[in-house]
Amino acid sequence: MEVLVKGAGVAGLAAAHELAARGLRVTVADPWRGGGRAAASWYAGGMLAPYCERESAEQPVVELGLRAADWWEAALPGCVLRNGTLVLAPVRDAKELDRFASRTTGFERVGEESIATLEPDLGARFRKGLFFATEAHLDPRHVLVSLAAKLAASGVSFETDLSQYDSTRFDWIIECIGRSTPDKAIRGVRGEMLLLRTSDVSLSRPVRLIHPRFPVYIVPRGDHTFMVGATMIESDATGPITARSMMELLNAAYGLHPAFGEAEIIETGTGVRPAYPDNLPRVVREGRTIAINGLYRHGFLLAPAMAQQAADMILDERNRTP
Amino acid sequence: MLTLYNKQLSSRLLLGTAQYPSPSILLDAIKASGTQIVTVSLRRETAGGRSGDGFWSIIRSLDVHVLPNTAGCHTAKEAVLTAQMARDLFATDWIKLEVIGNHDTLQPDVFALVEAARVLSDEGFKVFPYTTDDLIVAERLLDAGCEVLMPWCAPIGSAQGPLNTHALRSLRGHFPDVPMIIDAGLGRPSHAATVMELGFEAILLNTAVAKAGDPVAMARAFAMASEAGHAACHAGMLEPRDVAVPSTPVIGRAVFT
Ligand SMILES: Cc1cc2nc3c(=O)[nH]c(=O)nc-3n(C[C@H](O)[C@H](O)[C@H](O)COP(=O)(O)OP(=O)(O)OC[C@H]3O[C@@H](n4cnc5c(N)ncnc54)[C@H](O)[C@@H]3O)c2cc1C
Repeated sequence: MEVLVKGAGVAGLAAAHELAARGLRVTVADPWRGGGRAAASWYAGGMLAPYCERESAEQPVVELGLRAADWWEAALPGCVLRNGTLVLAPVRDAKELDRFASRTTGFERVGEESIATLEPDLGARFRKGLFFATEAHLDPRHVLVSLAAKLAASGVSFETDLSQYDSTRFDWIIECIGRSTPDKAIRGVRGEMLLLRTSDVSLSRPVRLIHPRFPVYIVPRGDHTFMVGATMIESDATGPITARSMMELLNAAYGLHPAFGEAEIIETGTGVRPAYPDNLPRVVREGRTIAINGLYRHGFLLAPAMAQQAADMILDERNRTP
Repeated sequence: MLTLYNKQLSSRLLLGTAQYPSPSILLDAIKASGTQIVTVSLRRETAGGRSGDGFWSIIRSLDVHVLPNTAGCHTAKEAVLTAQMARDLFATDWIKLEVIGNHDTLQPDVFALVEAARVLSDEGFKVFPYTTDDLIVAERLLDAGCEVLMPWCAPIGSAQGPLNTHALRSLRGHFPDVPMIIDAGLGRPSHAATVMELGFEAILLNTAVAKAGDPVAMARAFAMASEAGHAACHAGMLEPRDVAVPSTPVIGRAVFT
């Protein structure tokens, strides 16, 4: 059976991997092989944080996201770091930390000493926090590039010239094209981010800072780089980061540790998250086409579960037809 | 009936549209609150997106009046520009004018507010200024052409409820004919009831609903509280007394109260 996967962002690559692993012949079509700079996936933080996300997301995000870290680890051994997530609040916003705690599970409360043990560089800077020990993170760009390479090596073909393939020769089409979908129910939610480099601070895990307007986080990427994200703006504009957003992100980084003030800004970026009105993803089948979309803030967290659902649809149908 | 710039409204609650878990929950909260006016905040990058798409088309599809605001503006000039953009995007001359003077408390810069209110009123906008409870500022805003005032009862998002009822009462008493909407600082339905009992015409909410555990249920609770407060204000409330007084004379004792 031949399957065409349109789109090589995280949704498309996860689907391609799941289908290939179940023995189907897969072709991936995207002008960018590893989902390049046009893909929202390129700008993601890479947090696999189902419990923390519950603060603003609905319960299915937790349920569908719980096994994501295992799925990624099996797909690309060594890519997942299971160091948990640390959520911190400045002393002044301690009440907000209680609010966060009241809406989430899967954490323990930590005080100054435990914070210093987890992240020595943050010792004595914060008095209260929440530690979500079982959460994980990965480096999205490394994962996109390596997964595409692994798939190519195992026989999945990649088509970057979209005029080259004949979609009628496929038994199934899986459409994972994010914001480019003609589906009117999908909207864009703009997210801006930065990459900083400094060797004066080191962190072992994503740190979230309580912020009154949007959740700010810093994800260590290795090689002394840190991803700082991300704004949440109801817009599908892809233009460069605004000065205001940059100031807010930098302020948060500086508030976490003043050494970030001396960091180099090595990149700024903007991604547009595809979202349905309920901010939950969907796998929608129409004839022999299955669309996976609406991953919103949760592309890396929920793509594995969506890929499995799509693969189940195809295989169930094959098993039913004699 | 509440009249704001010649528009008649039966609901006494205005709802902000930011910070909900999802647009679906926002829509349910709007329905549950019975509101007829929603505020939307416009940022530059919002206007840069493909118009007619996404969140904005959801808002425009609702059967409610849209009151765009100039949230996040720090100067009169910026606020005027944002108001002009909002007029194009939402095809309305209503504008909720916010000029922020302090990034931390989001306290209005009342000087720039009055200046921007004058410019916008002259351009034909119907201005809803977000202001403090200061009497003189209120007077200047009315001079500048505003016909509605939106005083805070506590800083935005602080959920403190009315902090200075004396100032609120005096504001209410000085301008009995000006519709006033309490904007900012309400945390719970009892706060809403309290300010409505003081005689304010309506309340505006955002964080208290959007960030509630169940935003839809909270929207309903606030709608009921504001109705209750409004009804009580016009029903003549009993003033508190220092001692508990039995409502029927105690038998066997002469009563001289
Ligand atoms: C700043 C930011 C931070 C984020 N952080 C996280 C995080 O920490 N954790 C998390 O889980 N999620 C995070 N997300 C969310 C995540 O990035 C998105 O949910 C996810 O990238 C959506 O993936 P997608 O594959 O559906 O779309 P995309 O990544 O946008 O990929 C779509 C692909 O389709 C291709 N395409 C378009 N049209 C066609 C066509 N006609 N034919 C073929 N191909 C086509 C495009 O070239 C693109 O490569 C973040 C997002 C942003 C913006």
